[in-house]
Amino acid sequence: MKDRTSSVSPTMTSPSVPVMAADESATSHAEPHSVASFKHTRASRWMHWINFPLLTIMVWSGLRIYRADVQDPFGVGIAGWHWFNLFPEWINESLGLRRKLAKGMAFHFTFGWFFTLNGIAYAIYLARSGEWRHIVPDRRDLADVAAVVLHDLKLRKATPPQGRYNAAQKVAYSGVLFLGFTVVISGLAILSPTQLSPLTRLLGGYEFARTIHFSSTIGFLLFFVTHLLQVTRAGWSNFASMVTGYELKKDVK
Amino acid sequence: MSELSRRLTESADERLARLAAEAAEGPTISTAEYSKRSRRSFLTGAVAAAAGIAGFRAIQNRPLDGRTPDVLRKGYEWNEFVWETLGSQSKLAPTYALADATSIRVNGRLGLPDNYDLSTYELTVKGINDEVLETFDLEGMRTLINSFPQVDVVMEHKCIEGWSAKPRWGGAVFADFASRYADDVPSTYGYVAMETSDARYYVGVDRATMLNRQSLLATKLGAEDLSLAHGAPLRLATPHKYGIKSIKQIATIRFTNERPDDYWAERGYTYWAGF
Repeated sequence: MKDRTSSVSPTMTSPSVPVMAADESATSHAEPHSVASFKHTRASRWMHWINFPLLTIMVWSGLRIYRADVQDPFGVGIAGWHWFNLFPEWINESLGLRRKLAKGMAFHFTFGWFFTLNGIAYAIYLARSGEWRHIVPDRRDLADVAAVVLHDLKLRKATPPQGRYNAAQKVAYSGVLFLGFTVVISGLAILSPTQLSPLTRLLGGYEFARTIHFSSTIGFLLFFVTHLLQVTRAGWSNFASMVTGYELKKDVK
Repeated sequence: MSELSRRLTESADERLARLAAEAAEGPTISTAEYSKRSRRSFLTGAVAAAAGIAGFRAIQNRPLDGRTPDVLRKGYEWNEFVWETLGSQSKLAPTYALADATSIRVNGRLGLPDNYDLSTYELTVKGINDEVLETFDLEGMRTLINSFPQVDVVMEHKCIEGWSAKPRWGGAVFADFASRYADDVPSTYGYVAMETSDARYYVGVDRATMLNRQSLLATKLGAEDLSLAHGAPLRLATPHKYGIKSIKQIATIRFTNERPDDYWAERGYTYWAGF
């Protein structure tokens, strides 16, 4: 059976017209019925799910590297008065991250390449397929983000207009792509600060490149928590669409 | 990109129409077809997930090479290949003004016995067939190092554990030292092996990195002679490798074609350890 999604190529110039499946007999019924509508392309689904374990390995191995130095650069304090560590010992202990630096590096420096390749492939795919249109926010989206968040928190009734994704999703998805970019660039600046010394200098030096690298990771973790929460809220049919490509819609007229 | 310019110039109503079209993009299928797709996709997903988990387990169960699964050792070597191909050993690392120098932690004490008696120090230089080329006692070594042009420079020292410092090193350029043995050692040697007096800490560094003019045989840290903890009387200081390669208290320097044993590479770390 041929995958329909791959034959859908959104045109860049004319407004896209919904492409209906030719063999769709159910749509002629007037009574409420269930259909499934297209949501995620096959390429997006594969790259999304390939990215998940890769990013998990990168964070897991990265924390092992981070942990190798006794001092926690993300500890928060003012003028030598230490308040708390961002990754305190008990977190590392409970994750089984007990100073296994070599293992962390071996995984990080091997899987980093796969993570980067998957990211580059996705960026090229977004640009070439036109899928970027669904993810990149326009200026009115930027203004709508707060309204979407208020709506999700049930503090506001009306939903701002949206395409495939709402304004907050677009900003979050673009943002996490940008994090992917900063984490790879800063990672390279740390990995090869002599060979790539102009890049390291551009990022404010070795130490600041490290800060960017870790901050990006924290950004990924924040995204991940929000993403899980929102996917849970959105329900099974939405989750399944990331696997099947189609979202089941019940009782459509 | 016309789509971009359209987005920048569209009116609010045009935007609404565009968003509606975007939301409706793509085909709609019947529930029967959806079920078929769903079964197939979840099955594919389950197989892929199982393969991924099996793969991750398989990596950790691979035969060890230097206490690292051999496939990850290949990963290290791939990184080495990439940066060596780009020629990072011959590049110069950034240097800093003397005023920007910082102190440096004492992090590694391997091969540095507590009650080391400096007066017993001896430096042995060996050639390609492990033959002794020269030996020096403490004074002889100092005289030798002082006979080369002296370097006084601030370079970044990066520990593999993550911290970095900008120590000020003083001493001789290793390449100048190596040229003393140009008649005895063919210029094609691959590595330099170095060991502490008790031979409990040892490193191997590739020739290109050792011959980089920034790889120093240091006798001074700041304006002072090296302390024992920092590797007195002679240590390597190179900004082109993680600190694990900047061996302290060098007692043996051997030119070799074989890749020498390396303390941390035997314990799961990258052999190359460069930037």
